[in-house]
Amino acid sequence: MGFRPVLLWTDAVVFALLAVLALYAWRVRRAPERRAVWAKVFRDAPALCSAVVFGAFALVAVLDSLHFRRALAAPAASAPAERFYATRTESLLDLLLARPLAMRESSYSAPLAIHGFGKESVEVDGRVERAHPRLQFGGAHLADPADRAADLARRAIAGLTGGLLLAAVAVVALAGWRARRRGLRLAASLREIAADRTPLPLRAGLLTLAALLALAGVAVALMGHYHVFGTDRTGNDVLVQALKSVRTAFVIGTLSTVATLPLAVGLGLAAGWFGGWVDEAIQYLCTVLSSIPNVLLIAACVLMVQVFVDQNPQLFETAAERADVRLALLCLILGLSGWPGLARLLRGEVLKLRELEYVQAASAFGVGAWRIMARHLLPNVMHLVLITTVLDFSALVLYEAVLSYVGVGVDPSMNSFGGMINLARSEMSRDPVVWWSFAAAFGFMLALVLAANLLADGVRDAFDPRAAAARPRRAGRRALT
Amino acid sequence: MLHYILRRLGYGLLVLLGVNLLTFALFFTVNTPDDMARLNIGGKRVTQEQIDKWKRERGYDKPLMRNAAETGTRQLTETIFWERSVSLFALDFGRSDAKNSVDIGHEVATRMGVSLQLAVPIFVLQLLASTLFALLLVFFRHTAIDFWGVVLCVVMLSISSLFYIIVGQFLFSRVLALVPISGYAEGLDAARFLVLPVALSLLARLGGEARLYRAMFLEEAAKDYVRTARAKGLAEHAVLLRHVLRNALIPILTSAGAYLPYVFLGSLVFESFFGIPGLGAYVIDAIAGQDFAIVRTMVFLGSLLYVASFLLIDIAYTWVDPRVRLG
Repeated sequence: MGFRPVLLWTDAVVFALLAVLALYAWRVRRAPERRAVWAKVFRDAPALCSAVVFGAFALVAVLDSLHFRRALAAPAASAPAERFYATRTESLLDLLLARPLAMRESSYSAPLAIHGFGKESVEVDGRVERAHPRLQFGGAHLADPADRAADLARRAIAGLTGGLLLAAVAVVALAGWRARRRGLRLAASLREIAADRTPLPLRAGLLTLAALLALAGVAVALMGHYHVFGTDRTGNDVLVQALKSVRTAFVIGTLSTVATLPLAVGLGLAAGWFGGWVDEAIQYLCTVLSSIPNVLLIAACVLMVQVFVDQNPQLFETAAERADVRLALLCLILGLSGWPGLARLLRGEVLKLRELEYVQAASAFGVGAWRIMARHLLPNVMHLVLITTVLDFSALVLYEAVLSYVGVGVDPSMNSFGGMINLARSEMSRDPVVWWSFAAAFGFMLALVLAANLLADGVRDAFDPRAAAARPRRAGRRALT
Repeated sequence: MLHYILRRLGYGLLVLLGVNLLTFALFFTVNTPDDMARLNIGGKRVTQEQIDKWKRERGYDKPLMRNAAETGTRQLTETIFWERSVSLFALDFGRSDAKNSVDIGHEVATRMGVSLQLAVPIFVLQLLASTLFALLLVFFRHTAIDFWGVVLCVVMLSISSLFYIIVGQFLFSRVLALVPISGYAEGLDAARFLVLPVALSLLARLGGEARLYRAMFLEEAAKDYVRTARAKGLAEHAVLLRHVLRNALIPILTSAGAYLPYVFLGSLVFESFFGIPGLGAYVIDAIAGQDFAIVRTMVFLGSLLYVASFLLIDIAYTWVDPRVRLG
């Protein structure tokens, strides 16, 4: 069975971003002063732990970005060279989740349930009764419903053990790697980690990793036979939806800030360096854009994109492509409407920098304006760009939910946290309450946003010492050196 | 002072002109009046006569930017752009695009009062609550209260406001049945409907704002005059309230002021969730119904309020900080 890789617009940007990140990491490794700053970021235990969580989410997002279309079985009459591909675009994550994806029930079911949520007419001993029907897939392997608790416990313990074993392997591998690099014995290295005497708070990070792996282990062990977070109205597994939503949140959080960068950096630097009418014009543009309430500006742009997409359906081959273009355009719009803030910040910084001796010297030597901006100004405002980018991530993820509620978010066919919350609103007013979609969206979103926020705080404190002064400290805690 | 205000007003007008041009380009280039007519009349088969009639009724029957059929200045004035812009600046918003169209100006006037009833308490209480909470954290800095207070702030700002609304509605309206789930009533009765959205809005924004204000207070508290105040033996609460609070008010005012336009436009999500017929709910309905005339009006109104509120903030600076001289 063949397949054809599909590179959607957002996929391309995600992979380009990964490449840039890898390049940056490689350069940081070689530059000692930048390595010191990043080491400072991860010396903060909350930042390291949230980096682990964030990394797990990022892994899910990347797996969900590798798209392909399966080849259809060729009809006998057609030429063998010609191949047809399914219209459904799948991702690597879909392959991993193939079983829970296939376990589609008919309607709502509670988490880990083996009976449906609603009552249906069932035939019992020749009489028709109103009862909760057995689910088609959830717990279908159980002959006797009474075995459910025992079966759940058995599988959960197996998953937990598996997860913890993996974590143990990771601990030993890391300790072994440290031992080799520092010329220690393995036991000594392990003891150092256990006593939290390592320069980086490895103990906290590894504990986070262990907790994550344990949770993942339990989920993996259960999700082949049960619906861990129940099913939604059309019988789809809620856990799968939440996992698929991670990519949407990630794309919005990263692509939107990436889209702001060219304008914000270019115009911010130009306004600060050239001054005069260039500055006036750019400032005017900033004021015009920021004077429109953000939601309204985005709503107006998205409405127009919607009109455009509806008028030109021939441009998109598959539904996934259409949804993807809408997502990419949404990110672009968020970026185009969001640049004035960063541009103002950079302008102010450049106004300060341009008076410094080294910039004056470069200017006196006759170095051109663009070269000064690229060689002398840009590297010295990069920390501001970095801080803004990471700080914006979580805000954008939260914003997506509001935009989806307003009706200008991502395509309804695309899984997103905003869409899940939107549906949950009516589910919460049912009687009895259907709470699991809401809870799943809440849990995943809180974990992602909290991890992003804590990581962003760590990055900000390391790159901007003034911000670090506002950090809450408790007397008697280990000093963060 | 007067000179400064006049200059700012002039710049504000310039900004509004820019906004007007931007929204016009945005709304009319992708979506021509013909498309708008087709969308609003609905149905599969729409005749050209129907479209022309719809356009004539709503004044969309002229060229967009330049009327080649006319001469002289009439080339520019006999266009949709000119007519729409002039009427917008005269605050005459015209009719909405929908089938049973209503006068937008009338809707805005009646709904703004409702929005104000919700937004003014939110704005004032928000400022008070966030400042107090931040002051409390600063008062107890370097203790466990400060540490866990900031942790609470970070957790609270990591939760989407939609969650606060859904959980709050579920808890207080459904389970405890303290207040109605949604709706609105005139007069004093409105309080019953407004109390929950106000409280939830406070809660939803407390984390982010208190943390921001706390950082502002700490920056102020690191300055020399504060050390002097402590050195001369002032009690900590006196230092905070009489010195730090007053000086930190300037950045706080700036960050709170950016929220002023929403006081008038209403909180979109809260109004629509709680069924309060204010401007925010109006916008959401307009977006759902693809009524571009309303969205266009609200964009213009929003930037008008933004320009006005920043002028107000600048004037408020002179009141908060006598050192600031405008001019």
